[in-house]
Amino acid sequence: MKISREDVLKVAALANLELTDAEVETYRGQLDDILTYIDKLNEIDTSNVEPMTQVVAASTDDAPLREDVVVRADIITEVLEGAPDPEAPYFRVPRVIEK
Amino acid sequence: MSAPTTWTIPEVRAALDSRKISARELVKEFYALIDQKNRELNIYLALSPERAFAQADRIDAAIAAGDALPTLAGVPLAVKDVISTHGIPTTCGSRILEGYKPPYDATAVTRLESAGAIILGKTNCDEFAMGSSNENSAYGPVRNPVAPDHVPGGSSGGSAAAVAANLAVVSLGTDTGGSIRQPGSFCGVPALNPSYGRVSRYGLIAYASSLDRIGPFAHTVRDAATVLSVIAGRDPRDATSSSAPVSDYPAELDRPLHGIRMGIPDDYFGEGIDPEVRQKIEAGIRLLEKLGCKRVSIRMPNTDYAIAAYYILATAEASSNLARYDGVRFGPRVPGATLIEMYQKTRGRGFGPEVKRRIVLGTYVLSAGYYDAYYLKGQKIRALIARDFREAFEKADVIITPTSPVPPFRLGERTASPLQMYLADSYTVTGSMAGVPGISVPSGKTSKGLPIGLQIYGPAFGEDRVLHLAHAFERAGGSDL
Repeated sequence: MKISREDVLKVAALANLELTDAEVETYRGQLDDILTYIDKLNEIDTSNVEPMTQVVAASTDDAPLREDVVVRADIITEVLEGAPDPEAPYFRVPRVIEK
Repeated sequence: MSAPTTWTIPEVRAALDSRKISARELVKEFYALIDQKNRELNIYLALSPERAFAQADRIDAAIAAGDALPTLAGVPLAVKDVISTHGIPTTCGSRILEGYKPPYDATAVTRLESAGAIILGKTNCDEFAMGSSNENSAYGPVRNPVAPDHVPGGSSGGSAAAVAANLAVVSLGTDTGGSIRQPGSFCGVPALNPSYGRVSRYGLIAYASSLDRIGPFAHTVRDAATVLSVIAGRDPRDATSSSAPVSDYPAELDRPLHGIRMGIPDDYFGEGIDPEVRQKIEAGIRLLEKLGCKRVSIRMPNTDYAIAAYYILATAEASSNLARYDGVRFGPRVPGATLIEMYQKTRGRGFGPEVKRRIVLGTYVLSAGYYDAYYLKGQKIRALIARDFREAFEKADVIITPTSPVPPFRLGERTASPLQMYLADSYTVTGSMAGVPGISVPSGKTSKGLPIGLQIYGPAFGEDRVLHLAHAFERAGGSDL
């Protein structure tokens, strides 16, 4: 077994994800299958392979530095209309700082 | 006159030019058919008639004034629900974005609308583009228009089905591991995944940023080429978009085909491929030989590792990209006593099972102590897969494979094992990892009448070559093999 119930709970906490007991059990089994499958990557020696960190090779044309100019989007009202608990010009959240 | 809803881009233009129909009447025809079919097929999640009719009226006014019309004037378009459209609900097929209306348009949408296209609405998809069958949508699966008890493929199933069911002339999908090409194959329509960097992703709601791309579905390869010519090119708002020159793709299609070397990977027709799929792809290869292509044998030795590496990289990137859905700025919120509890409940209830599974896997592979074993290893395997393609393209101009090893399956038939579902993506995932363009073109049907797709890969930014060959294949009757 590659992944335990506790591993799933720990990862879910890192991802701020509430899972039911049933979900924890289901994901544990499925992730165990997937991670076991992923083990096949150990069949190839990659010690001399450079990782691919960029898909399209960078050229100066494609990665130019632009001036850092502020451009007003003027969408504050529209953005706040879509928020679950707005108080213009802010997003309100449950209390974070103790009294 | 054929039914207006079956028209291609040139047919729409001819009808508008000859005043057989107005753009407004054309849009009405499409909405009438959508009204009739959408309940069963579940293709559209949102319609945008106000915006569509306003655009149609602009086109009609231009026609009345005798103005020159842009490339896509009056062409009805469907847009996958992971692509932002100003003021039109965009949910990514997820409860966590229920009711969300983006405050801006994606660049691809802006370009298509500027070229005269008419946005009819947003198409259903697997939640956040994660899936191969459309069964992961929070709003219910799309049904395959060719065989409604079968899946349309995924994740861009709604966009593929919209074209196949004549509910749009062209559509936009997105492809991360096969999500344009596989539903194109399942629904029997041409489906192009352009090179990474070819089309701006500004406004595409991210799943896996090093893999995500936008591309078209259409009735014909020519129409797909026309849409690409409009959406391709550098966009200052997407730092990953390339300034490589954009060809006039439709103009390149009718050049003679000769001496094209098509690479056939030696071990791609072995275990796991459906016999009927194999037979039609082999017939497709013979047809391409008759058209003057030369068959060369190539090796893609690292293909076997593509799926495993893909699920590391894609889920790792997804776990990071999807961190933004926290009930603060958009979408519904589930209340909690503390900020963290609010996040956990909002995300726990807002995301569906496949998305949660991938977030958990992605977070796991990135968590302390596992980075080298998983993410770094995945990037190294990715480099090997890209090398396989580079070496293959030294011997061949294009690579031919099946799009999917299996024809469309029944709804519910494959949901039990996520791993088994993932494994069916191996022909498409390799190209996603390498960043190269690939198209799926219809290549006959099974004895039960289910569509089969043939995939053509080209080297990075070789869309013209891929489209050229696909067009010749289509013209020679590839879809009726």
